[in-house]
Amino acid sequence: MRARASAAFGLAVPAIATAACSGPQSALDPHGVEAQAVATLFWWMTLAGALIWCAVIGALVYAGRRRRRVFSARAAGRIVLWAGAVTPSVLLLILLGYGLALMPDLRPASALTANDRLHVEVVGEQFWWRVIYHRPDGPPVVSANEVRLPVGTRVAFSLKSADVIHAFWIPQLGGKMDMIPGRTNRFSLQATRAGTFRGPCTEFCGPSHALMAFAAVAMDEEAFAGWLEREAGPAVRTEGPGLDAFLANGCGACHTIRGTPADGTIGPDLTHLGARKTLAAGALPNTEAAIARFVAAPEAVKPGARMPAFGMLPEREIAAIAAYLAGLE
Amino acid sequence: MRLVPKEIESLWTLFTGPVVWAAHFLVCYVGGAVYCARREWLGFGFEWVRIGVGAATAVALALIVAAAWLSWRQWGFGTEDPPHDAATAHDRRSFQGFATLLLSGLSFVAVVYTALPVLMIAECNP
Repeated sequence: MRARASAAFGLAVPAIATAACSGPQSALDPHGVEAQAVATLFWWMTLAGALIWCAVIGALVYAGRRRRRVFSARAAGRIVLWAGAVTPSVLLLILLGYGLALMPDLRPASALTANDRLHVEVVGEQFWWRVIYHRPDGPPVVSANEVRLPVGTRVAFSLKSADVIHAFWIPQLGGKMDMIPGRTNRFSLQATRAGTFRGPCTEFCGPSHALMAFAAVAMDEEAFAGWLEREAGPAVRTEGPGLDAFLANGCGACHTIRGTPADGTIGPDLTHLGARKTLAAGALPNTEAAIARFVAAPEAVKPGARMPAFGMLPEREIAAIAAYLAGLE
Repeated sequence: MRLVPKEIESLWTLFTGPVVWAAHFLVCYVGGAVYCARREWLGFGFEWVRIGVGAATAVALALIVAAAWLSWRQWGFGTEDPPHDAATAHDRRSFQGFATLLLSGLSFVAVVYTALPVLMIAECNP
């Protein structure tokens, strides 16, 4: 019984330990310059911590099991001086030096002042993300709940909040930064490999904090340019019963669908909703059924969401709206 | 005649190291923050912040070393081992000297750590 339990434990520990090493939200599966540097730092610290732990436990076992004699006051004083003061100070100096040496290149200030690069503005709102791509050539492109960036280019971010403190983090690309009402926090990220990641809100912001996330997509430069061009354009369908129901029920007061009369700016832009990876800021899969569910009862999916429920509409109309929105690729 | 008397019956000398550490910390961090917030108005480059921090560090370390030397002397240059816990004026002075020496060591390391970032960081961000 005991052997079986310890065998199960022996299997479970590495399984749990490695479960965090991959997946769409793991800082240990780096796809960006900063995440790579931080992951390397993490592994060095883990290794050094394990070695120090072994040395301390080894000394403990030696003193208690093998030696079993009292140290002289002078020898004990020397151990305290070297193992308790000098060694930790030197190790901390090395760790501090390593960490500080990383800083200038991870988020160079020059990336924030250059005007010739893509600059993404992200505004945290309860409980979604307003995303605005400021291109060096051309008008800004407004989107929501998904951040895309080209591989190999440093992209500047400016982070804001419309209500309470949120925090922006794409673990596989780099570190996190707070979004504070009344402030603009700036940093930059550089993806090194293509991939799709999950960016969670990392500052408690209300009842649906855990349901506030976005998809982050690192794409090859050309694919990204093509995507941004499409994202900048109007909606692919600008008529039909779904849009009529959308407009007749006042959805356009809060949501924009470019190319249609819907031009509200209170809620997320829906111009290319059908092309997004997730729905309702990472809370639901992006399917027609999920859109219908969210339109009918947003509060049931995301407690505290500002969007009113439209469950009183005839099912036919909700289905038409959902079909229309799902088709907006 | 000694410049600083050997027997100061005061606790204040004990805090010389930590006080210098605190002052150095404030000079470095407040100075850096003020420079980065008002750099356009001030009109000089970040290298002057690095030079200033370097100078403040040199002064702070010199003061701490001086305090450490005085406390080493007060301790009797280590002729007797701690804990100096007899109820005598001699032990009280030795204890204070030893404690001041240890605090000076801590403050020295702390001042070096505080100054370390300017070796690496060469600009305000943002």
